[in-house]
Amino acid sequence: VTVFTLIDEGRETSVDADVRDGRVLIEADDVEAATGWAYKPDGLCRGEICVPVRKAEIDSKGRIDLVVLAEALRQPLALDIAESAAFLGTSASDRSDQLRSRHAPDFRLPDLDGHLHSLSDYAGRKVLLIFYASW
Amino acid sequence: VALDKAPADARPWIEAAKPAHPSLVDTRWATADLYNVVNVPTVLWIDEEQRIVRPNDAVFATDTFTKIHGIDPAPKLAALRAWVRDGVSAISPDEVGMLKSLPSETDQLARAEFGLAQFLARQGRADGAEVHFQRAGTLAPHDFTIRRGSMPMRGIDPMGPEFRAMVGEWIASGHRYYHPLPK
Repeated sequence: VTVFTLIDEGRETSVDADVRDGRVLIEADDVEAATGWAYKPDGLCRGEICVPVRKAEIDSKGRIDLVVLAEALRQPLALDIAESAAFLGTSASDRSDQLRSRHAPDFRLPDLDGHLHSLSDYAGRKVLLIFYASW
Repeated sequence: VALDKAPADARPWIEAAKPAHPSLVDTRWATADLYNVVNVPTVLWIDEEQRIVRPNDAVFATDTFTKIHGIDPAPKLAALRAWVRDGVSAISPDEVGMLKSLPSETDQLARAEFGLAQFLARQGRADGAEVHFQRAGTLAPHDFTIRRGSMPMRGIDPMGPEFRAMVGEWIASGHRYYHPLPK
C-alpha cells in the first residue's frame, strides 16, 4: 500500500492506494473522504446526485481505479504514479455552466492581512474584477 | 486579485499602490480556473445583481506599455466611467453571452496538470513538478497564467529571455498574446 495525495477541488487528502500495473486502486472510504462521493448500490453518490459505475469497475475489496473514478465523475485527472499524487480538476461543462449562469461565480480569498473577502460580500455594488500578477 | 505563488510576491505592488479597494491574493489560481482567465491583466465588470456584464477583457490602467501591446487604455477607462456613473454599457446582455470565453476539456485538463505541478513544486519536488508544468503548457499553449505564471515557481525569470522567446514564438505562429474585447 502506498500513501497517495489526492487533490480534489483544491483540497489535499492522503489516501491508501494499491498501485499495480499502472493502475491506482483506492478504497471506497478513502474516495469518499477525498471527494465526498460515496459508493452505493446506485453508483457513486454525493448528496442527491448519483453517477453510474459498473460493478465490474469495483474490485472484490471495494476499490476503484482512479482513472475510472475520474471518468465516472467527468473530472479531468492529472496523475503521477512516481510522485504518488493526483489532481482531480473541474470539467469544462461544469465551468461553462457556471460562467453562462446568471450569477458570476463566487469565490473567497484573503487579502495581505489574511482577512477573507467573498465576491458575494459586494452584492448590491458594482464590482470591477481585475486579475493581475507580479510576473 | 493577484495570481501569485505567495502573498509576499504581490505585497510590494499592493503596498506601493495603497488601494482603497480590497486587494486579494490567489496562490492556487482558483479564480483563474473559475473565470477562465488565460493571461493578465484580465478585467470583468460585475453589476449590482452579481451578473457578468462585461466578460474577460485585456485592459491596462495606464499607457506605460501601450507601445509594446498597442492597446490604448483611454477608451476602456472612458467606458468604465460611463458604466459606473450612468450604468451605460457598450455591450448588450445578448452580446455578453457571445463574448464570454468558455474553457474546453483540454483547457481543464491543463489546469489539472498545473494544479498537480503546483502541489509538487510547493513540496519541493521540482523535477516531478516540471513534467506537469510542461504538460499543462503543451495542452493549453494560449494560457499564459500557466506558461508565464509558472516561471517564478520554476526558478525562471518571467521577464527574461525565456519569456521573450515564448511570446515571440507564439506571435510568429500567428497568435495574439492579449485578447482585448472588440469594443
